[in-house]
Amino acid sequence: MKVLVPVKRVIDYNVKVRVKPDQTGVDLANVKMSMNPFDEIATEEAVRLKEKGVATEVVVVSIGPQQAQETIRTALAMGADRGILIVTDQDAEPLAVAKLLKAVIAEESPNLVVMGKQAIDGDNNAVGQMLAALLDWPQATFASKLEVTADKATVTREIDGGLQTLDVSLPAVITADLRLNEPRYASLPNIMKAKKKEIAMKTAADYGVDVSPKLKVLKVTEPPKRSAGIKVADAAELVGKLKSEGVL
Amino acid sequence: MAVLVIADHTNAALGEATAKVVAAAQKIGGDIDVLVAGQGAQGAADAAAKLDGVRKVLLAQSDALGHQLAEAVTDTVVGLAGGYDAILAPSTSAGKNFAPRIAAKLDVNQITDVIEIVSADTFVRPIYAGNALETVQSSDAKKVMTIRTTAFKAVGETGSATVEAVTAAGAAGREASFVGEEVVKSDRPELVGAKIVVSGGRAMGSAEEFHKVIEPLADKLGAAVGASRAAVDAGYAPNDYQVGQTGKVVAPDLYIAVGISGAIQHLAGMKDSKVIVAINKDADAPIFQVADYGIVGDYKTVVPELMTALG
Repeated sequence: MKVLVPVKRVIDYNVKVRVKPDQTGVDLANVKMSMNPFDEIATEEAVRLKEKGVATEVVVVSIGPQQAQETIRTALAMGADRGILIVTDQDAEPLAVAKLLKAVIAEESPNLVVMGKQAIDGDNNAVGQMLAALLDWPQATFASKLEVTADKATVTREIDGGLQTLDVSLPAVITADLRLNEPRYASLPNIMKAKKKEIAMKTAADYGVDVSPKLKVLKVTEPPKRSAGIKVADAAELVGKLKSEGVL
Repeated sequence: MAVLVIADHTNAALGEATAKVVAAAQKIGGDIDVLVAGQGAQGAADAAAKLDGVRKVLLAQSDALGHQLAEAVTDTVVGLAGGYDAILAPSTSAGKNFAPRIAAKLDVNQITDVIEIVSADTFVRPIYAGNALETVQSSDAKKVMTIRTTAFKAVGETGSATVEAVTAAGAAGREASFVGEEVVKSDRPELVGAKIVVSGGRAMGSAEEFHKVIEPLADKLGAAVGASRAAVDAGYAPNDYQVGQTGKVVAPDLYIAVGISGAIQHLAGMKDSKVIVAINKDADAPIFQVADYGIVGDYKTVVPELMTALG
Protein backbone atom coordinates (compact mmCIF):
# COMPACT_ATOMS: atom_id res chain seq x y z
CA MET A 1 0.00 0.00 0.00
CA LYS A 2 1.27 3.41 -0.99
CA VAL A 3 0.51 6.43 1.22
CA LEU A 4 0.76 10.01 -0.04
CA VAL A 5 1.37 12.79 2.50
CA PRO A 6 1.06 16.42 1.35
CA VAL A 7 3.06 18.81 3.55
CA LYS A 8 3.27 22.59 3.68
CA ARG A 9 6.05 24.96 4.69
CA VAL A 10 4.56 27.58 7.01
CA ILE A 11 5.65 30.11 9.59
CA ASP A 12 6.85 28.26 12.72
CA TYR A 13 4.01 27.98 15.22
CA ASN A 14 6.12 29.65 17.93
CA VAL A 15 6.77 32.79 15.91
CA LYS A 16 4.75 35.88 16.73
CA VAL A 17 2.92 36.90 13.57
CA ARG A 18 3.34 40.52 12.43
CA VAL A 19 1.12 42.22 9.91
CA LYS A 20 3.01 44.36 7.36
CA PRO A 21 2.44 48.10 7.80
CA ASP A 22 1.21 48.40 4.19
CA GLN A 23 -1.53 45.82 4.94
CA THR A 24 -0.50 43.54 2.06
CA GLY A 25 0.08 40.50 4.22
CA VAL A 26 2.08 39.02 7.05
CA ASP A 27 5.80 39.69 7.34
CA LEU A 28 7.63 36.46 6.46
CA ALA A 29 11.08 37.97 5.88
CA ASN A 30 13.74 36.46 8.15
CA VAL A 31 11.13 34.47 10.03
CA LYS A 32 11.63 30.85 11.07
CA MET A 33 9.67 28.49 8.84
CA SER A 34 8.74 24.88 9.66
CA MET A 35 6.51 22.06 8.57
CA ASN A 36 2.84 22.73 9.31
CA PRO A 37 2.26 20.95 12.67
CA PHE A 38 -0.79 19.02 11.44
CA ASP A 39 1.27 17.77 8.47
CA GLU A 40 3.91 16.53 10.88
CA ILE A 41 1.20 14.50 12.58
CA ALA A 42 0.08 13.16 9.19
CA THR A 43 3.67 12.23 8.29
CA GLU A 44 4.10 10.46 11.62
CA GLU A 45 0.91 8.46 11.07
CA ALA A 46 2.01 7.41 7.57
CA VAL A 47 5.45 6.36 8.82
CA ARG A 48 3.82 4.34 11.62
CA LEU A 49 1.65 2.59 9.01
CA LYS A 50 4.86 1.64 7.21
CA GLU A 51 6.49 0.44 10.43
CA LYS A 52 3.43 -1.72 11.13
CA GLY A 53 3.78 -3.29 7.71
CA VAL A 54 0.48 -1.85 6.46
CA ALA A 55 2.08 0.67 4.11
CA THR A 56 4.97 -0.19 1.80
CA GLU A 57 5.89 3.31 0.62
CA VAL A 58 5.35 6.82 1.96
CA VAL A 59 5.60 9.60 -0.63
CA VAL A 60 5.68 13.23 0.52
CA VAL A 61 4.58 16.07 -1.74
CA SER A 62 4.89 19.79 -1.13
CA ILE A 63 3.74 22.79 -3.14
CA GLY A 64 5.65 26.00 -2.50
CA PRO A 65 8.96 27.81 -2.92
CA GLN A 66 12.35 26.11 -3.49
CA GLN A 67 12.93 26.19 0.28
CA ALA A 68 10.03 23.75 0.75
CA GLN A 69 12.67 21.12 -0.04
CA GLU A 70 13.70 21.52 3.62
CA THR A 71 10.15 20.68 4.68
CA ILE A 72 10.23 17.55 2.53
CA ARG A 73 13.64 16.62 3.99
CA THR A 74 12.13 16.88 7.46
CA ALA A 75 9.47 14.35 6.46
CA LEU A 76 12.09 12.11 4.83
CA ALA A 77 14.12 12.21 8.05
CA MET A 78 11.02 11.10 9.96
CA GLY A 79 10.88 8.03 7.72
CA ALA A 80 9.12 8.91 4.46
CA ASP A 81 10.68 7.31 1.38
CA ARG A 82 10.81 10.01 -1.29
CA GLY A 83 9.53 13.47 -2.09
CA ILE A 84 7.98 15.56 -4.83
CA LEU A 85 8.22 19.35 -4.80
CA ILE A 86 5.98 21.39 -7.06
CA VAL A 87 7.62 24.79 -7.16
CA THR A 88 5.29 27.79 -7.22
CA ASP A 89 6.15 31.46 -6.79
CA GLN A 90 3.00 32.33 -4.89
CA ASP A 91 0.99 30.68 -2.17
CA ALA A 92 -1.51 28.56 -4.10
CA GLU A 93 -5.15 28.68 -3.02
CA PRO A 94 -6.75 25.51 -1.58
CA LEU A 95 -8.65 24.61 -4.76
CA ALA A 96 -5.48 24.93 -6.88
CA VAL A 97 -3.56 22.85 -4.33
CA ALA A 98 -6.27 20.17 -4.47
CA LYS A 99 -6.10 20.15 -8.28
CA LEU A 100 -2.31 19.77 -8.22
CA LEU A 101 -2.57 16.94 -5.69
CA LYS A 102 -5.18 15.23 -7.86
CA ALA A 103 -2.71 15.37 -10.76
CA VAL A 104 0.05 13.91 -8.58
CA ILE A 105 -2.31 11.14 -7.50
CA ALA A 106 -3.08 10.32 -11.14
CA GLU A 107 0.65 9.58 -11.58
CA GLU A 108 1.37 7.97 -8.22
CA SER A 109 -1.85 6.00 -7.59
CA PRO A 110 -1.64 5.91 -3.79
CA ASN A 111 -4.21 3.88 -1.82
CA LEU A 112 -4.43 6.46 0.93
CA VAL A 113 -3.80 10.17 1.40
CA VAL A 114 -3.07 11.33 4.96
CA MET A 115 -2.71 15.08 5.46
CA GLY A 116 -3.05 17.81 8.07
CA LYS A 117 -6.57 19.10 8.66
CA GLN A 118 -5.44 22.65 8.06
CA ALA A 119 -2.34 24.76 7.59
CA ILE A 120 -1.72 27.22 10.41
CA ASP A 121 -1.10 30.14 8.04
CA GLY A 122 -4.28 30.38 5.95
CA ASP A 123 -6.37 28.32 8.42
CA ASN A 124 -8.58 27.26 5.52
CA ASN A 125 -9.21 23.67 6.54
CA ALA A 126 -10.22 22.86 2.98
CA VAL A 127 -7.64 21.04 0.85
CA GLY A 128 -8.30 17.50 2.13
CA GLN A 129 -12.06 17.74 1.62
CA MET A 130 -11.56 19.37 -1.80
CA LEU A 131 -9.13 16.69 -2.90
CA ALA A 132 -11.58 13.95 -1.85
CA ALA A 133 -14.31 15.74 -3.83
CA LEU A 134 -12.21 16.06 -7.00
CA LEU A 135 -11.24 12.38 -6.82
CA ASP A 136 -14.73 11.24 -5.77
CA TRP A 137 -13.08 9.44 -2.88
CA PRO A 138 -14.59 9.15 0.60
CA GLN A 139 -13.15 11.45 3.26
CA ALA A 140 -12.59 11.22 6.99
CA THR A 141 -11.56 14.55 8.44
CA PHE A 142 -10.25 15.55 11.91
CA ALA A 143 -8.96 12.05 12.67
CA SER A 144 -7.86 11.27 16.22
CA LYS A 145 -7.44 7.52 15.60
CA LEU A 146 -6.78 5.56 12.44
CA GLU A 147 -6.79 1.83 11.72
CA VAL A 148 -6.04 0.71 8.19
CA THR A 149 -6.56 -2.70 6.59
CA ALA A 150 -6.11 -3.70 2.95
CA ASP A 151 -9.35 -2.21 1.69
CA LYS A 152 -10.69 0.12 4.35
CA ALA A 153 -9.81 2.57 7.09
CA THR A 154 -11.65 2.89 10.39
CA VAL A 155 -11.32 6.46 11.54
CA THR A 156 -12.29 8.08 14.84
CA ARG A 157 -13.06 11.74 14.21
CA GLU A 158 -13.20 14.69 16.59
CA ILE A 159 -16.62 16.28 16.25
CA ASP A 160 -18.49 18.93 18.26
CA GLY A 161 -19.64 17.22 21.42
CA GLY A 162 -17.52 14.08 21.14
CA LEU A 163 -16.17 11.48 18.75
CA GLN A 164 -17.54 9.82 15.63
CA THR A 165 -16.26 6.63 14.02
CA LEU A 166 -16.49 6.04 10.28
CA ASP A 167 -15.44 3.24 7.96
CA VAL A 168 -14.13 4.51 4.66
CA SER A 169 -13.33 2.29 1.72
CA LEU A 170 -9.91 2.82 0.15
CA PRO A 171 -8.67 4.84 -1.60
CA ALA A 172 -9.63 7.68 0.73
CA VAL A 173 -8.45 11.00 2.09
CA ILE A 174 -7.86 11.26 5.85
CA THR A 175 -7.09 14.58 7.57
CA ALA A 176 -5.20 14.56 10.85
CA ASP A 177 -6.31 16.36 13.99
CA LEU A 178 -4.08 17.29 16.91
CA ARG A 179 -4.45 14.11 18.95
CA LEU A 180 -3.84 11.51 16.25
CA ASN A 181 -0.28 10.98 17.52
CA GLU A 182 2.81 12.75 18.81
CA PRO A 183 5.30 13.19 15.98
CA ARG A 184 8.83 11.90 16.57
CA TYR A 185 11.99 13.94 16.42
CA ALA A 186 14.21 12.77 13.59
CA SER A 187 17.46 11.19 14.78
CA LEU A 188 20.78 12.45 13.43
CA PRO A 189 21.48 9.23 11.44
CA ASN A 190 18.01 9.51 9.88
CA ILE A 191 18.60 13.17 9.02
CA MET A 192 21.83 12.14 7.28
CA LYS A 193 20.04 9.30 5.47
CA ALA A 194 17.28 11.68 4.37
CA LYS A 195 19.82 13.76 2.46
CA LYS A 196 20.29 10.87 0.05
CA LYS A 197 16.60 10.30 -0.56
CA GLU A 198 15.14 11.45 -3.86
CA ILE A 199 13.12 14.65 -4.30
CA ALA A 200 11.57 15.08 -7.76
CA MET A 201 11.36 18.74 -8.79
CA LYS A 202 8.24 19.79 -10.70
CA THR A 203 6.28 22.90 -11.60
CA ALA A 204 2.54 23.53 -11.68
CA ALA A 205 2.79 23.76 -15.48
CA ASP A 206 4.07 20.15 -15.57
CA TYR A 207 0.63 19.14 -14.31
CA GLY A 208 -1.28 21.62 -16.45
CA VAL A 209 -2.87 23.29 -13.42
CA ASP A 210 -3.50 27.05 -13.30
CA VAL A 211 -2.49 28.30 -9.85
CA SER A 212 -3.26 31.99 -10.39
CA PRO A 213 -5.35 33.29 -7.47
CA LYS A 214 -9.14 33.51 -7.73
CA LEU A 215 -9.57 35.35 -4.45
CA LYS A 216 -8.29 38.90 -4.28
CA VAL A 217 -6.81 39.85 -0.92
CA LEU A 218 -7.83 43.48 -0.45
CA LYS A 219 -6.00 43.94 2.82
CA VAL A 220 -4.57 42.17 5.84
CA THR A 221 -4.98 43.96 9.15
CA GLU A 222 -4.24 43.50 12.83
CA PRO A 223 -7.19 42.27 14.86
CA PRO A 224 -8.57 44.79 17.36
CA LYS A 225 -6.32 44.77 20.39
CA ARG A 226 -7.67 43.90 23.77
CA SER A 227 -6.13 45.92 26.54
CA ALA A 228 -5.38 44.59 29.98
CA GLY A 229 -8.04 45.44 32.55
CA ILE A 230 -7.70 45.76 36.27
CA LYS A 231 -6.73 43.46 39.10
CA VAL A 232 -9.36 43.07 41.77
CA ALA A 233 -8.55 42.20 45.36
CA ASP A 234 -11.00 39.39 46.00
CA ALA A 235 -13.99 37.40 44.85
CA ALA A 236 -16.52 39.77 46.42
CA GLU A 237 -15.14 42.75 44.52
CA LEU A 238 -15.13 40.67 41.32
CA VAL A 239 -18.80 39.72 41.70
CA GLY A 240 -19.65 43.39 42.27
CA LYS A 241 -17.83 44.41 39.07
CA LEU A 242 -19.44 41.66 37.02
CA LYS A 243 -22.90 42.64 38.29
CA SER A 244 -22.32 46.26 37.32
CA GLU A 245 -21.16 45.11 33.85
CA GLY A 246 -24.48 43.26 33.55
CA VAL A 247 -22.91 39.89 32.78
CA LEU A 248 -24.12 38.21 35.96
CA MET B 1 -29.81 36.92 -5.49
CA ALA B 2 -30.58 33.87 -3.39
CA VAL B 3 -28.67 32.34 -0.49
CA LEU B 4 -28.81 28.75 0.74
CA VAL B 5 -28.05 28.20 4.43
CA ILE B 6 -27.15 24.65 5.42
CA ALA B 7 -28.65 24.09 8.86
CA ASP B 8 -26.81 22.91 11.95
CA HIS B 9 -29.07 20.33 13.58
CA THR B 10 -29.37 17.05 15.43
CA ASN B 11 -32.34 15.83 13.34
CA ALA B 12 -34.78 16.28 16.21
CA ALA B 13 -33.66 19.81 17.01
CA LEU B 14 -32.16 22.80 15.26
CA GLY B 15 -28.70 23.90 16.42
CA GLU B 16 -28.20 27.46 17.64
CA ALA B 17 -25.65 28.08 14.91
CA THR B 18 -28.35 28.08 12.22
CA ALA B 19 -29.99 31.36 13.33
CA LYS B 20 -26.56 33.02 13.25
CA VAL B 21 -25.77 31.81 9.76
CA VAL B 22 -29.16 33.16 8.64
CA ALA B 23 -28.08 36.50 10.15
CA ALA B 24 -24.92 36.39 8.02
CA ALA B 25 -27.03 35.50 4.97
CA GLN B 26 -29.19 38.59 5.57
CA LYS B 27 -26.05 40.73 5.31
CA ILE B 28 -25.43 39.27 1.84
CA GLY B 29 -29.03 40.02 0.90
CA GLY B 30 -31.63 38.30 -1.29
CA ASP B 31 -33.93 35.37 -0.63
CA ILE B 32 -32.77 32.98 2.07
CA ASP B 33 -33.62 29.29 2.07
CA VAL B 34 -32.50 26.86 4.77
CA LEU B 35 -31.59 23.27 3.93
CA VAL B 36 -32.09 20.67 6.64
CA ALA B 37 -30.23 17.57 5.44
CA GLY B 38 -30.88 14.69 7.81
CA GLN B 39 -33.12 11.75 8.62
CA GLY B 40 -36.18 12.04 10.85
CA ALA B 41 -35.44 15.76 10.80
CA GLN B 42 -38.94 17.22 10.65
CA GLY B 43 -38.38 18.72 14.11
CA ALA B 44 -35.30 20.62 12.96
CA ALA B 45 -37.08 21.74 9.77
CA ASP B 46 -40.09 23.05 11.72
CA ALA B 47 -37.75 25.02 13.99
CA ALA B 48 -35.87 26.43 10.98
CA ALA B 49 -39.20 27.59 9.49
CA LYS B 50 -39.65 29.90 12.49
CA LEU B 51 -36.40 31.79 11.88
CA ASP B 52 -36.90 35.39 10.76
CA GLY B 53 -36.00 36.18 7.18
CA VAL B 54 -36.28 32.63 5.84
CA ARG B 55 -38.22 32.22 2.57
CA LYS B 56 -38.54 28.45 2.74
CA VAL B 57 -37.04 25.42 4.41
CA LEU B 58 -35.84 22.56 2.23
CA LEU B 59 -35.97 19.18 3.93
CA ALA B 60 -33.80 16.42 2.45
CA GLN B 61 -33.95 13.06 4.19
CA SER B 62 -32.08 9.78 3.69
CA ASP B 63 -30.20 7.29 5.84
CA ALA B 64 -26.87 8.62 4.57
CA LEU B 65 -27.90 12.12 5.64
CA GLY B 66 -28.84 10.96 9.13
CA HIS B 67 -25.28 11.45 10.32
CA GLN B 68 -24.58 14.30 7.89
CA LEU B 69 -21.82 12.38 6.14
CA ALA B 70 -19.91 14.76 3.87
CA GLU B 71 -20.41 12.73 0.70
CA ALA B 72 -24.21 12.64 0.97
CA VAL B 73 -24.59 16.26 2.14
CA THR B 74 -22.38 17.40 -0.74
CA ASP B 75 -24.36 15.51 -3.39
CA THR B 76 -27.63 16.88 -1.98
CA VAL B 77 -26.38 20.49 -1.94
CA VAL B 78 -24.76 20.29 -5.38
CA GLY B 79 -28.14 19.15 -6.74
CA LEU B 80 -29.73 22.31 -5.35
CA ALA B 81 -26.87 24.72 -6.03
CA GLY B 82 -28.15 25.91 -9.43
CA GLY B 83 -30.71 28.16 -7.76
CA TYR B 84 -28.31 29.96 -5.43
CA ASP B 85 -25.58 32.60 -5.60
CA ALA B 86 -24.16 31.83 -2.17
CA ILE B 87 -24.08 28.72 0.01
CA LEU B 88 -23.40 29.22 3.71
CA ALA B 89 -22.63 26.66 6.39
CA PRO B 90 -21.70 27.19 10.04
CA SER B 91 -18.07 26.63 11.09
CA THR B 92 -19.12 23.61 13.15
CA SER B 93 -17.26 20.32 12.82
CA ALA B 94 -19.99 19.14 10.42
CA GLY B 95 -19.92 22.34 8.37
CA LYS B 96 -16.13 22.36 8.16
CA ASN B 97 -16.30 18.75 6.99
CA PHE B 98 -18.74 19.10 4.09
CA ALA B 99 -18.47 22.75 2.91
CA PRO B 100 -15.05 22.48 1.18
CA ARG B 101 -16.26 19.31 -0.55
CA ILE B 102 -19.25 21.26 -1.89
CA ALA B 103 -16.99 24.13 -3.01
CA ALA B 104 -14.66 21.80 -4.93
CA LYS B 105 -17.61 20.08 -6.65
CA LEU B 106 -18.75 23.54 -7.78
CA ASP B 107 -15.17 24.41 -8.84
CA VAL B 108 -14.94 27.40 -6.50
CA ASN B 109 -12.79 28.25 -3.50
CA GLN B 110 -14.28 28.14 -0.06
CA ILE B 111 -14.08 31.20 2.15
CA THR B 112 -13.47 29.78 5.60
CA ASP B 113 -14.57 31.20 8.96
CA VAL B 114 -16.14 34.44 7.74
CA ILE B 115 -16.51 36.95 10.60
CA GLU B 116 -17.80 39.92 8.61
CA ILE B 117 -19.77 40.34 5.39
CA VAL B 118 -18.51 43.58 3.83
CA SER B 119 -20.60 43.16 0.67
CA ALA B 120 -22.03 40.32 -1.43
CA ASP B 121 -18.52 39.47 -2.68
CA THR B 122 -16.19 40.79 0.02
CA PHE B 123 -15.60 39.10 3.34
CA VAL B 124 -13.35 39.30 6.40
CA ARG B 125 -11.83 36.17 7.92
CA PRO B 126 -9.14 35.44 10.51
CA ILE B 127 -5.84 33.89 9.44
CA TYR B 128 -2.79 32.84 11.49
CA ALA B 129 -4.99 31.76 14.40
CA GLY B 130 -6.71 35.13 14.51
CA ASN B 131 -3.44 37.07 14.69
CA ALA B 132 -4.36 38.75 11.40
CA LEU B 133 -7.60 39.50 9.59
CA GLU B 134 -7.83 39.09 5.83
CA THR B 135 -10.34 40.96 3.67
CA VAL B 136 -10.93 38.94 0.50
CA GLN B 137 -12.96 39.60 -2.62
CA SER B 138 -14.27 36.58 -4.49
CA SER B 139 -14.93 36.62 -8.22
CA ASP B 140 -16.37 33.10 -8.13
CA ALA B 141 -19.86 32.78 -9.60
CA LYS B 142 -21.03 31.04 -6.44
CA LYS B 143 -19.72 31.89 -3.02
CA VAL B 144 -19.30 28.93 -0.70
CA MET B 145 -18.36 29.90 2.83
CA THR B 146 -18.34 28.79 6.42
CA ILE B 147 -19.51 31.29 9.00
CA ARG B 148 -17.89 31.75 12.37
CA THR B 149 -21.12 31.95 14.31
CA THR B 150 -19.71 33.80 17.33
CA ALA B 151 -19.37 36.85 15.06
CA PHE B 152 -23.09 37.08 14.22
CA LYS B 153 -26.19 37.71 16.34
CA ALA B 154 -28.95 35.14 15.91
CA VAL B 155 -32.10 36.19 14.04
CA GLY B 156 -35.43 36.02 15.87
CA GLU B 157 -37.95 33.17 15.78
CA THR B 158 -41.18 34.81 14.68
CA GLY B 159 -41.22 33.59 11.09
CA SER B 160 -43.47 31.01 9.44
CA ALA B 161 -41.73 29.74 6.32
CA THR B 162 -43.01 26.69 4.47
CA VAL B 163 -41.19 23.37 4.62
CA GLU B 164 -40.68 21.66 1.27
CA ALA B 165 -39.25 18.18 0.68
CA VAL B 166 -36.32 18.04 -1.74
CA THR B 167 -34.36 15.17 -3.26
CA ALA B 168 -31.86 13.66 -0.86
CA ALA B 169 -28.69 11.99 -2.00
CA GLY B 170 -28.41 8.36 -0.94
CA ALA B 171 -25.28 6.32 -0.50
CA ALA B 172 -23.30 6.01 -3.70
CA GLY B 173 -21.13 2.94 -4.26
CA ARG B 174 -17.78 3.82 -2.71
CA GLU B 175 -18.63 5.66 0.44
CA ALA B 176 -17.91 6.41 4.00
CA SER B 177 -20.21 4.59 6.38
CA PHE B 178 -21.17 5.45 9.92
CA VAL B 179 -19.91 3.09 12.63
CA GLY B 180 -20.66 4.86 15.89
CA GLU B 181 -20.65 8.01 17.89
CA GLU B 182 -19.79 8.93 21.47
CA VAL B 183 -21.43 12.21 22.19
CA VAL B 184 -21.23 13.50 25.71
CA LYS B 185 -24.70 14.13 27.12
CA SER B 186 -24.77 17.18 29.30
CA ASP B 187 -27.36 19.42 30.90
CA ARG B 188 -24.98 22.34 30.57
CA PRO B 189 -25.28 24.80 27.70
CA GLU B 190 -23.40 24.13 24.48
CA LEU B 191 -19.87 25.54 24.70
CA VAL B 192 -19.94 27.57 21.49
CA GLY B 193 -23.26 29.31 22.10
CA ALA B 194 -23.09 29.70 25.90
CA LYS B 195 -23.51 33.12 27.55
CA ILE B 196 -21.01 32.21 30.27
CA VAL B 197 -18.03 29.86 29.96
CA VAL B 198 -15.85 28.65 32.84
CA SER B 199 -12.57 27.11 31.66
CA GLY B 200 -9.87 25.28 33.56
CA GLY B 201 -6.20 24.91 32.74
CA ARG B 202 -3.20 22.79 33.53
CA ALA B 203 -3.02 24.21 37.06
CA MET B 204 -5.91 21.89 37.98
CA GLY B 205 -3.39 19.05 38.13
CA SER B 206 -5.88 16.18 37.75
CA ALA B 207 -9.21 15.22 36.22
CA GLU B 208 -10.71 14.90 39.73
CA GLU B 209 -9.67 18.42 40.62
CA PHE B 210 -11.10 19.68 37.31
CA HIS B 211 -14.49 18.10 38.16
CA LYS B 212 -14.36 19.34 41.73
CA VAL B 213 -13.43 22.95 40.98
CA ILE B 214 -14.55 23.93 37.47
CA GLU B 215 -17.86 22.09 37.16
CA PRO B 216 -19.57 23.34 40.36
CA LEU B 217 -18.62 26.94 39.50
CA ALA B 218 -19.98 26.46 35.96
CA ASP B 219 -23.20 24.95 37.30
CA LYS B 220 -23.68 27.77 39.78
CA LEU B 221 -23.43 30.26 36.89
CA GLY B 222 -25.42 28.16 34.40
CA ALA B 223 -22.25 28.15 32.33
CA ALA B 224 -20.64 25.84 29.80
CA VAL B 225 -17.34 24.19 30.72
CA GLY B 226 -14.19 24.72 28.69
CA ALA B 227 -10.54 23.79 29.02
CA SER B 228 -7.15 24.83 27.72
CA ARG B 229 -5.25 22.58 25.36
CA ALA B 230 -2.77 21.82 28.13
CA ALA B 231 -5.58 20.56 30.38
CA VAL B 232 -7.02 18.42 27.57
CA ASP B 233 -3.63 17.00 26.57
CA ALA B 234 -2.99 16.11 30.22
CA GLY B 235 -6.30 14.21 30.30
CA TYR B 236 -8.03 16.47 32.83
CA ALA B 237 -10.88 17.26 30.45
CA PRO B 238 -12.29 15.66 27.28
CA ASN B 239 -11.26 16.84 23.77
CA ASP B 240 -14.50 18.60 23.01
CA TYR B 241 -13.98 20.99 25.95
CA GLN B 242 -10.95 22.53 24.28
CA VAL B 243 -11.12 26.26 23.65
CA GLY B 244 -8.50 27.66 21.29
CA GLN B 245 -7.06 27.73 17.82
CA THR B 246 -7.35 23.98 17.36
CA GLY B 247 -10.45 23.61 19.51
CA LYS B 248 -13.60 25.68 19.76
CA VAL B 249 -13.85 29.41 19.28
CA VAL B 250 -16.16 31.01 21.83
CA ALA B 251 -17.31 34.57 22.46
CA PRO B 252 -19.58 34.50 25.51
CA ASP B 253 -20.67 37.53 27.55
CA LEU B 254 -18.47 36.27 30.38
CA TYR B 255 -15.39 34.02 30.13
CA ILE B 256 -13.77 32.89 33.36
CA ALA B 257 -10.28 31.38 32.94
CA VAL B 258 -9.18 29.42 36.00
CA GLY B 259 -5.53 28.40 36.21
CA ILE B 260 -4.96 29.10 32.50
CA SER B 261 -1.71 30.85 31.62
CA GLY B 262 -3.01 32.22 28.30
CA ALA B 263 -0.96 30.69 25.50
CA ILE B 264 -1.53 32.38 22.12
CA GLN B 265 -3.36 29.33 20.88
CA HIS B 266 -5.86 29.55 23.78
CA LEU B 267 -6.35 33.31 23.40
CA ALA B 268 -7.24 32.74 19.73
CA GLY B 269 -10.30 30.84 20.93
CA MET B 270 -11.71 33.27 23.49
CA LYS B 271 -10.37 36.81 23.02
CA ASP B 272 -13.63 38.04 21.49
CA SER B 273 -15.53 37.36 24.72
CA LYS B 274 -17.29 40.43 26.08
CA VAL B 275 -15.84 40.26 29.59
CA ILE B 276 -12.85 38.09 30.49
CA VAL B 277 -11.97 37.15 34.07
CA ALA B 278 -8.66 35.47 34.89
CA ILE B 279 -7.78 33.68 38.10
CA ASN B 280 -4.11 32.72 38.24
CA LYS B 281 -1.45 32.69 40.91
CA ASP B 282 1.22 33.93 38.50
CA ALA B 283 0.80 37.72 38.25
CA ASP B 284 2.82 37.71 35.02
CA ALA B 285 0.65 35.13 33.23
CA PRO B 286 -0.20 36.38 29.71
CA ILE B 287 -3.91 35.77 30.36
CA PHE B 288 -3.94 38.98 32.47
CA GLN B 289 -3.01 40.98 29.35
CA VAL B 290 -6.43 40.26 27.85
CA ALA B 291 -8.49 39.96 31.05
CA ASP B 292 -10.86 42.75 32.06
CA TYR B 293 -10.71 41.58 35.67
CA GLY B 294 -7.92 39.57 37.19
CA ILE B 295 -7.44 37.98 40.58
CA VAL B 296 -3.88 36.98 41.42
CA GLY B 297 -4.19 34.04 43.72
CA ASP B 298 -4.44 30.28 44.07
CA TYR B 299 -7.65 29.01 42.49
CA LYS B 300 -7.98 26.64 45.45
CA THR B 301 -8.87 29.58 47.67
CA VAL B 302 -10.27 32.01 45.06
CA VAL B 303 -12.85 29.67 43.52
CA PRO B 304 -14.49 28.70 46.84
CA GLU B 305 -14.59 32.41 47.76
CA LEU B 306 -16.19 33.14 44.42
CA MET B 307 -18.79 30.42 45.03
CA THR B 308 -19.62 32.07 48.37
CA ALA B 309 -19.70 35.58 46.90
CA LEU B 310 -22.13 34.39 44.22
CA GLY B 311 -24.44 33.29 47.03
